[in-house]
Parts: sequence; C-alpha cells; structure tokens
Amino acid sequence: MTARVQPKLGLDPAAVREARRLAKRAGQPIVRLASQHTTVSVERATLRLAGLSGADPDGTPWVNRLLDAVRGDVGLASGVAAPVWDALLSSDAPDLATVAQQAAVGQLRFRVPTGRDATRARSAARTAVRAGVRRVDSRRRERDRLIKRWGDPPGKPWIYLIVATGDIYEDIPQAQAAAREGADIIAVIRSTGQSLLDFVPEGATRDGFAGTYATQENFRLMRAALDETSRELGRYVRLTNYASGLCMPEIATLAGLERLDMMLNDSMYGILFRDINPIRTFVDQRFSRQIHARAGIIINTGEDNYLTTSDAVDAAHTVTVSQLLNEYFAKEAGLEDWQLGLGHAFEIDPAVPDSFRLELAHALLARELFPNAPLKWMPPTRHMTGDVFRGYLLDGFFNLAGAMTGQDILLVGMMTEAVVTPWLSDRDLALQNVRYVVNAAGRLAEDFVPAPGGFIATRAAQVLAESIDLLQLILEHDNGLLDAIADGTFGLMKRPADGGKGLEGVARKADDYFNPATEILAAR
Amino acid sequence: MTSASVPTQGGPIVRPYGDTTGDGMVQLSFTLPVPHDKRAEGAAVQLAHKMGIDPAMVVHAKAMGPAFTFFVVYGRSNHLVDLGAVEVVERHYPLLSAKEANLAVKKGLRRRLVVVGGCIGTDAHTVGIDAILNIKGFAGEKGLEYYRELRVVNLGAQVSVPDLVARAREERADAVLVSQVVTQRDAHLLNTKEMSAAFREAYPEAERPLLIVGGPRFEEKQTTELGVDRIFSRGTTPAEVASYLVHEVVGNRAHTRSSHER
Repeated sequence: MTARVQPKLGLDPAAVREARRLAKRAGQPIVRLASQHTTVSVERATLRLAGLSGADPDGTPWVNRLLDAVRGDVGLASGVAAPVWDALLSSDAPDLATVAQQAAVGQLRFRVPTGRDATRARSAARTAVRAGVRRVDSRRRERDRLIKRWGDPPGKPWIYLIVATGDIYEDIPQAQAAAREGADIIAVIRSTGQSLLDFVPEGATRDGFAGTYATQENFRLMRAALDETSRELGRYVRLTNYASGLCMPEIATLAGLERLDMMLNDSMYGILFRDINPIRTFVDQRFSRQIHARAGIIINTGEDNYLTTSDAVDAAHTVTVSQLLNEYFAKEAGLEDWQLGLGHAFEIDPAVPDSFRLELAHALLARELFPNAPLKWMPPTRHMTGDVFRGYLLDGFFNLAGAMTGQDILLVGMMTEAVVTPWLSDRDLALQNVRYVVNAAGRLAEDFVPAPGGFIATRAAQVLAESIDLLQLILEHDNGLLDAIADGTFGLMKRPADGGKGLEGVARKADDYFNPATEILAAR
Repeated sequence: MTSASVPTQGGPIVRPYGDTTGDGMVQLSFTLPVPHDKRAEGAAVQLAHKMGIDPAMVVHAKAMGPAFTFFVVYGRSNHLVDLGAVEVVERHYPLLSAKEANLAVKKGLRRRLVVVGGCIGTDAHTVGIDAILNIKGFAGEKGLEYYRELRVVNLGAQVSVPDLVARAREERADAVLVSQVVTQRDAHLLNTKEMSAAFREAYPEAERPLLIVGGPRFEEKQTTELGVDRIFSRGTTPAEVASYLVHEVVGNRAHTRSSHER
C-alpha cells in the first residue's frame, strides 16, 4: 500500500516477537473452540450464500423461518445444509424459497440424511453455496476493476466520514455530498440496537434510530449511489458498515454480496460492550472474517472503545493486546495484512501533561507493530466538552498526530462531537482542518524521528512491556482468554462463557456436521 | 444603556460583553441554503438584523458546495437580559457524573446499588433497556453497567412478571427497571400496572424496590396511575437514570418511598 516509514522507536524485536507469540497462544484455544461450534447465524449465512433471501409478510426473514424449522426437527449440531437440501431433493419444492415457505407452515419435515441420501444432499448444497461464493468473488473482481478505472484516493490518510440519518433515502444524498466534499470512505452508522437483533431486517428502511438498519437492500442502494459519485469524481469511494452483533456472519455475507469495502468487525467488542455470549461471538467472528477475507473487505477493529471506557493512558496496553489478538484471529481466518484496519484513538485527557507526546508514542507503537496494516485512527470523543472552539483545536492535534505517525484511515473528528449530529458546516470545517494539516504536515513523518531513548520511545516500550504482561496474565488463567474475559481482566466488564445474549443460538458440532460454506472458505 | 447592570424591579440588567462593558457584542455562525454571492451576504445580514443584531458584520462567508454558504457574523445585540426574570427549571435531583454517582453510592449506601432490569410481557424490544443498561450506552453516554458501584442484572426480553419479582428478591434489588416499547392495545400500560401490582403485593411498602418504567410512549406524569415511582420517556440518557437512582435510593434511605414524586 503506502511506502512505509523506517522504524523509529527502536522497539526490541524480541519483545515484539514475544507479544505475537503470546497472542497466538491466547488465541489458539479460541479458534479451536470456534471450529467446534456453529451458530444460528452461521447457518443462516450459509443459506443466504445459497441464494435464500426475502422475508415473510411479518418481516421475518425466510432464512430465520427455515432455520427455525430445521432446528425444531433435527437440531443444529449436524448443520442445516444437509437436512435442507435433502428436503429440497426429496420433495416437490422447486427451490429453496419454496422449501422455506413449506417448512414455515409445517408442510415439510426435516431429517439428517445418511448414506447415499447424504452424499446427494451435500453435493447439491455445495453447488448452491459455491454459486454464492462465486458471486462474492465476482464482486471482489468488480471492485478491483472499478478501482483501476476510477482510481484510489490520491494520498493517505483516507478520509472516513459518517452518515447516520436513520433513513436510507436521506443517507444517500448526504453520503454523496460528503464524498464530493472529500470523503474517501463513507460509513453508514447502524440503528441503535441492531446488534442485538437475531435477524437481519429486509428491504429499504427509513425508520432507524440514530442510524440506519443494515439490510441487503440498503447496502445495494448505497453502493450504487456511491458508484455513481465515484464515476463523477474519478475516485473510488469506499463504503463501510458493521459486521457486529448477533448477525455478523449474515451481515458479512451480505456485505460480500453487495460489494461493501470495509466492515467494522472486532473479535471481542460484542462480548465486552454488548454482553453477547463469548462463544457465540468467537464462532460468528471466525465465519465473518473468512467471508471478509474472501470478499477482499478491509476490516476495522474496535479498540477505540476500550479508551472510551477506561483511561487512555492507563489502558493503552489493552489496545495493543486487543490489536495483537485481532491480528491473530484475522490472519487465522485468512485475512491479509492490507485488510487489517486495526483501530486506535486519540483519547488522552488533554489536561494530562505531555498528552500529545503520549499520543504520538501510542500511535507510533501501533504503526511499528503493524507496519503493513491500514491503521484506523479515531478522533477524540471523551474529552470533547461542547466547547466547539477547543474541540476544533483538539481535532487539529489529532490530525497532526495522524500525519506524523503515518495513519492510513482517518475518521474525521467533529468539533460538535457530544453536541449534535454533525451539521453540514461541521463537516465542512472538519474537512478543512484535515486538509490544512495534511497539506502542511502530511509528510512530516519523514522528518519526525523521536530521540532514541527519549520520552516517546520509552513510553512506547513501556506500553509494549505492559501488553506482554497482560497477555501473560491472560494465559495464567485455567481457561486462558475465556476466563480472562469472564473475570473482568479487560476493564470493567465480566463476561462469563455461559452468560450473555445469543448463547441459545450456539450448538456444538456433531461428527456428521456439514457446512459447505465453511468447507469452501477454509479451503482457500 | 452603558452601565453594566441596572437594578430594576426585576433585578440587574446585563448585555453581552465583547471587550467593553455594555457593548452588546455577540458572534454567531450559520449556514444558508443559497449559493455564495453578494445576495447571500446580504441575506446573512438580514437574518442577523432580525435576530436583533445591529450593526451586523459578516466577517466570513464561504461556499460549501454549489448550494450552501457558511457565515460567521459579529455584531451588537440590541437585547437586554433581565437577570431577575431568569427562570431556572430545577430537576428535582441533580445530574451526576459516573464518578459522582459512584462516590455517592459508596458513601451513602456502603454497598453496591442493585438494579434489575428487563422487558416484560411479550415485548422483545430490548433496545431501550439495553441503551440504558449496556456499557455501550446511548447518545455517547455509558450505560449503567459502566458504573462501578451499580450492580446491574439485565434479564433481557420477555420476562414474566413473577420471574421479575422472584429475581428482584433473589438479587435484593434496590430498583427494578422495566422497558416497554410495544404499545399495541395499550400493552405497555397494562403490563406496567400488572408489574407494579405484583411488587406491591410481594413486598411491604417500605421495602419495595424502586419501580421505574421507560419507553417512547409513556407520559412522565402517569406514575400514580401506573403505580410506579418514576417514568422515563424517549431520549432519556443513562446518566439521568443513574442520577435518579442515586437520589432516590441513597438520598432517601430514611424516608418512605411514597413521600415524593407526584
């Protein structure tokens, strides 16, 4: 991607290796656990890949109706694919949609096929799901083609702006206007509470609260609108949404099918901040990341959230630990370095002496630990007080820290953070701020070399050392990361493995578990 | 006109202060949906005049795209402020930061304050209760889980009233938070009445947990009718709920519960 700056912090390579090794050790049992289980949303995502879409008259998606029917008859442990295609082949239903409709009214019974029936059902399921994966592949090629035709943004960082009206038809002109004003990436914030819905709403929606529902149709509409604007601007404008919450495998799938470009997708966010069951989250995470890997989607992780609940100096190392874990889980799922939009944020209390030097140390640490990842740099929110003038200055320093440390994706800070949802003028002023800093100091990274052994280098080394300590602490638990999550090692939240939302949607795989999607995705 | 504060029957009169007492100077910024040209600047001056700013100086005007212009205006406001006529609407409880709320519980209660919450009846919309309880919170504010001195038990959706009462007992709840979004055939009102009646039956009045209900379709004045201590409507933030809890549970330990809030 970009030309990388020379290492400047003099980090001990042995410490860096140690941190990665510990993250891998902490992550491995989780991957094993994830591959031993399936979830309702993984199974529904499989049905979506096979082409099942739409909803019944009450708005319940057919994938939910079908899954519930199969689950009622035979459970989840064998996967839904074999029972569903067995029913499709042995009934007079012409397609999956009819199977779902018949199942919903109790006209079909499901069984787990065995012997020749199983072979036949599996083979049909593979064919259907492979067609969906091919669609994801072709959307990826289409993106590559359009980027070649229209071009990438002329430089880094990529400018990331948010729209959030709740109404897709209001979002569209706002997003197009933001792109014309200079946004390289548009993120559509989701409606409050969507992460806790165990289904993906259908169709174009106009009634979101503080955000717009993630639906396949909304994805399609917004991508088409941004294609139009990209053509007009001669620059490919990327679209971002959220693969998080109870339906992340399905939302990831829809993103792949509709050529979204980036997805927020954090390995532990749902557990810690939404109280979603840890096992559910890890299983869903792995599947959604496999899809993102395949679809060429850049993930954005959510480390900024740690700093909105804990002190940004005291908790700096939790960000690093989370980045290391996110990197491990992502690579295990097939994502490459260029797809890892690891997150961090400018959230140190401005009243702390040397706060800017501390920010530089933390940002540079992330830069050097992950030299080939497109880091996502998040603006101040916690110390934005409503004094918009002071906030504008703070955002300027945030932009400067981003420029000096070579951040790739810059979420534009608004001076009216904590006051109103951004006005047109707020966005314009914020973009002027970014442009001034990037124009004046965008290449300052070349000249900025912290003194060896000085404040910044020392602080970075200290955060790395604290990260290693925390990883060791995690590994000292009997059950490693799961126990650490359960006992509140990550900040304030205690999230036991047998608690949280969505646990009832998890099943341990039986020996005859079959899922063509995971088969195809793992065989990359 | 030039003195800083003229005592009247109402109280002192003041004007905005730029750099000289009584100069009345204010600044404002706004956007008009017009292209940037001479007429746009005239329009900005006209708006400022109508807002009582005269003379008005458009010190900055900038096009934002083809159809909008952003203005910064400085000028002299010709309005006076009568301090004696200022009415301050006091919330009957102070709005506390998380730190202050934690400290108040720690000092006043010497144990964690227990909150049990959920959606009752067939209501599966946990958006409201989760916005208040989840650490993620709402509108940039952290939820009640974030408060170290609050112990939050979120029962989620479709909790039956007997289960809610049983769990409140088991957890020794200081407060019960119920969210109701579905309003079909007044389900939210009927469910709430059923809930409050059950708690009143199960507990002696002095020991009953604080009963709080919230949802977008409630009227905050319906407390008596519904038999609850407090109703929160649309737009309530976690800090408001936390502050209320601290005020009631910690502040009014000595009093019986029915002595306030009508």
